[in-house]
Amino acid sequence: MKCEEMLAMLNDYVDGTIDPSVCEEFEQHMAGCNPCQVVVDNIRQTITLYKNDQPYELPVRFKEQLHEALRAKWQEKFSTK
Amino acid sequence: MAPETADDELVVRAKAGELFAFESLANRYEKRVYSLALRMLRHEQDAEDVTQQTFLSALEHLDGFRGEAGFATWLLRIATHAALKVIRKRDGLDTVSLEAATESTESDESIPHPEYIADWSQSPGELVARNETRSLIEEALAQLDEKHRIVFLLRDVEGLSVTETATALGLSEANVKVRLLRARLQLRERLTTTLGDPASRIKQAHHHG
Repeated sequence: MKCEEMLAMLNDYVDGTIDPSVCEEFEQHMAGCNPCQVVVDNIRQTITLYKNDQPYELPVRFKEQLHEALRAKWQEKFSTK
Repeated sequence: MAPETADDELVVRAKAGELFAFESLANRYEKRVYSLALRMLRHEQDAEDVTQQTFLSALEHLDGFRGEAGFATWLLRIATHAALKVIRKRDGLDTVSLEAATESTESDESIPHPEYIADWSQSPGELVARNETRSLIEEALAQLDEKHRIVFLLRDVEGLSVTETATALGLSEANVKVRLLRARLQLRERLTTTLGDPASRIKQAHHHG
């Protein structure tokens, strides 16, 4: 397996959806190719960082506005039922 | 809400007319919806509009929610559609279908080669605890092309599956995978340039390819 081919299969490898027979080849390549190994590590770390990224808080004014709008719509919905 | 009531149960109660149940769902997911919209659109007012539309639409169509996908996935899908509409309008593509707006030419450009290859000097766990990390990763995300950023947001930030991401965007799964790979590689490149330990940098004497 070449580095190029390994890049193309990177997603399947880090997501654990790679074909087991290909996985073995993939890991063999990595064992002998330090750059590829580091790239795979980097990609995993990148994904982990984003997965742990906290969501943004709603501006307080907007949160109030949103809930008011929901209550108004709710009344409309359930009063006409 | 002390012990978390499951989404499904709140949905059932909301369908039966209990406003409190619906508001609990809104409280639970409004930050995720708002963050997705904000990261997709990079504009606060637009993100607020999309968030409000999403919850109003969810309320209106609650009876149509059958629970095949989870409630969060359903909401994020509504939010994605609303945000894509804003993007289409911005691009002046009001009359173009969702597919045409998003499926644009993927062609077979080759996969970008990793340039800066180095071990990170800190673990993600250590990085998450640092304030600078937030702005670093948000900036790197903002620099991605819209089409790559949106796929990455749904798949890796929001945790949708490839299939769910494809459905939400009206793209083929193959297309989602290609865009996701580009997004991940580009983010890796940008983050490694900053977070990589220069001493461990691997110079490409070794020819990738």
